[in-house]
Amino acid sequence: MSRQILLGDEAVALGAVHAGLSAAYSYPGTPASEIMEYLVRLSAESRAFAAVWSVNEKVAYEEALGASFAGKRAMVSFKHVGLNVAADPFMNSAITGANGGLLAVSADDPGMHSSQNEQDSRFYVQFAQIPGFEPSDHQEAYDMAREAFDLSEKFGLPVLMRLVTRLSHSRSAVETREARPQNELKKGTGKDWILLPGNARGRFSQLLDRQAEMVRCSEESRFNRLELNAGDRSFGVIASGIAYNYFREAVAGDAAPPSFLKISTYPLPESLVRRLVAHVDKVLVLEDGYPFIERQVRGLFGVPGKTVLGRASGDVPASGELTPDIVRRALGLGPLPALPVSGLPLANRPPQLCAGCPHADTFKALNKALEGRAGASVFGDIGCYTLGALPPFNAINSCVCMGASISMARGASDAGLHPAVSVIGDSTFAHSGITPLLGAARADADMTVIILDNATTAMTGGQPTYGSGQPLLRLIEGLGVPKEHIRTIEPLPKNHETNVRIIRDEIEHRGLSVIVAVRECIQEQRKKRS
Amino acid sequence: MKQDIILAGVGGQGILSIAYVIDNAALADGLTFKQAEVHGMAQRGGAVQSHLRLADGTIWSDLIPKGQADLILSVEPLEALRYMDYLRPDGTVVTSSTPFKNIPDYPDVAQVLEAVRKAPRSVVVDAEKLAKEAGTVKAQNIVLLGAAAPVLILKEASLRATIDQLFRGRGLPILEANLKAFDLGRKAALGQ
Repeated sequence: MSRQILLGDEAVALGAVHAGLSAAYSYPGTPASEIMEYLVRLSAESRAFAAVWSVNEKVAYEEALGASFAGKRAMVSFKHVGLNVAADPFMNSAITGANGGLLAVSADDPGMHSSQNEQDSRFYVQFAQIPGFEPSDHQEAYDMAREAFDLSEKFGLPVLMRLVTRLSHSRSAVETREARPQNELKKGTGKDWILLPGNARGRFSQLLDRQAEMVRCSEESRFNRLELNAGDRSFGVIASGIAYNYFREAVAGDAAPPSFLKISTYPLPESLVRRLVAHVDKVLVLEDGYPFIERQVRGLFGVPGKTVLGRASGDVPASGELTPDIVRRALGLGPLPALPVSGLPLANRPPQLCAGCPHADTFKALNKALEGRAGASVFGDIGCYTLGALPPFNAINSCVCMGASISMARGASDAGLHPAVSVIGDSTFAHSGITPLLGAARADADMTVIILDNATTAMTGGQPTYGSGQPLLRLIEGLGVPKEHIRTIEPLPKNHETNVRIIRDEIEHRGLSVIVAVRECIQEQRKKRS
Repeated sequence: MKQDIILAGVGGQGILSIAYVIDNAALADGLTFKQAEVHGMAQRGGAVQSHLRLADGTIWSDLIPKGQADLILSVEPLEALRYMDYLRPDGTVVTSSTPFKNIPDYPDVAQVLEAVRKAPRSVVVDAEKLAKEAGTVKAQNIVLLGAAAPVLILKEASLRATIDQLFRGRGLPILEANLKAFDLGRKAALGQ
């Protein structure tokens, strides 16, 4: 045993390694990236397990599922919107089941610190009807990773752990335990893994049959905690995951804190919820994310004789990250005395492209090339270059999800918009851009795709990418894009005029063009020099 | 014993290195700590802050409630001001006087510093000048750590040992410059 300083993300990763992890897969995304970053480092030192940056989350999930099929313990991690990408194999893996332990970790981003939405992955736990974990601190994140693998093998099902940004990116000390050896190879057998309807029906009813057992397991979990205040039956709190910390912080000085139930496992530990609700008249549900527990406690018509408060009732803000201050207010506690604020206007400091970023030169050239074209629409994608939406560039009109720049430009072009331009990075292109470009190439859709090849996944800290340089150009050609309309530019100030001309020419071409803007990310270049 | 600290600055200014040194010193001193930090998009030239809590007992929340911070430690004056509502009525601000101007509407620096000095205790050091004096302009963050050292509930030896651990791999001149930056920051603060 030793005490180690770890991020929440790293605590999960180390817990998995100490649980006998054989293979881990991920696609980078804030706040989940540090899970795989850490595993890649550990794997480089020990060579004991595979740690792979996959081409996208769906692929990552399927790779982990394959490792589980082989009997080994496997982990897959991504941010919450990554789980959408992986949703197909994820949902179906609840039907195939897991052979070696399979742990999926989804890091949610309440408050949208670096995300397009704040969806709550706990709904996916319920959707797939599998066990779920939600740690409240680093020690739990570490310990739960170990227990999640045991539970996965006990039930023969994948298990989903939900993190939130605040825990993923918080650092603390963790007591580690002795590592468990890896599983022997033992391939999946029978018809379990063949989801033909006849087999899948049988597997699905087996999944349904085990729900009650999962609830019992959750009720017995050491990660949940019920404390009833015998002297006060008026009010109690249900708090899940990290919200539990804010609750305990707020009542830390109380001689007799209100009754509470801490929930860290799913499906909901029903008997514990019933005991808490039976004990008090009024229940406040504190959860970071959606009112997932609150709605289940309330049911459709409420609990007779009880008042249930939370995000759905409006007693906690419906959106955004929970904070200690929000929780204090919900508990009816006043703000702590603070210093009066100066009143001096504080200029905002929004994120921006780094000084010398190649994307800046591409956006400048693109803006110039589109001057005077009122109908032009630029469909952006997910990456550093999304910051091109902000001043001084104001260069893109959409940002939806990975790969959507190309498919949306195709749709807009089909609808008659001209010019329809797509801007996408090399990592995002490999993730979700190849398939829509294949469709656009087959149709020779009238659109211009600009692939920003900076040879890295820059926004999340510089993870490797799959489609950069010559292989990327060959890939584009292989998809059927006419060779004469595959152009490359080097986004540098000195090339501005040339780049404007090339972009203009290809926009004027009434068919598909792909322009690859090739210049390495300035941050990665700096890292190599230092 | 407990100490709640808001670390503030702009992405890329080395806030996480300050946090790293404090975390490891806390571990060495046998304290518990929680440190919430900012990654991803916000780091690209945006305002970043880290909530860092030290205690000799349980720390529940990863975030500091408003009005609870004992110290704001900022590598840039405007960012020190941004989190003043987190400060206790008897709290301390330690900040650099060197502005980081990557926005067009950066307010008048003299006014910003005047507002900072309204805190019950404030220490303002010219981190850029002291870091250059120490041998590398990059060590401004360590200058500020040194300036905060007299206020921190951590042993100075633990802080110095962790700076050693952080920079030893980058060569002796860089290590020495950072240790000197720490000392210059400390001296400047004690002289105020």
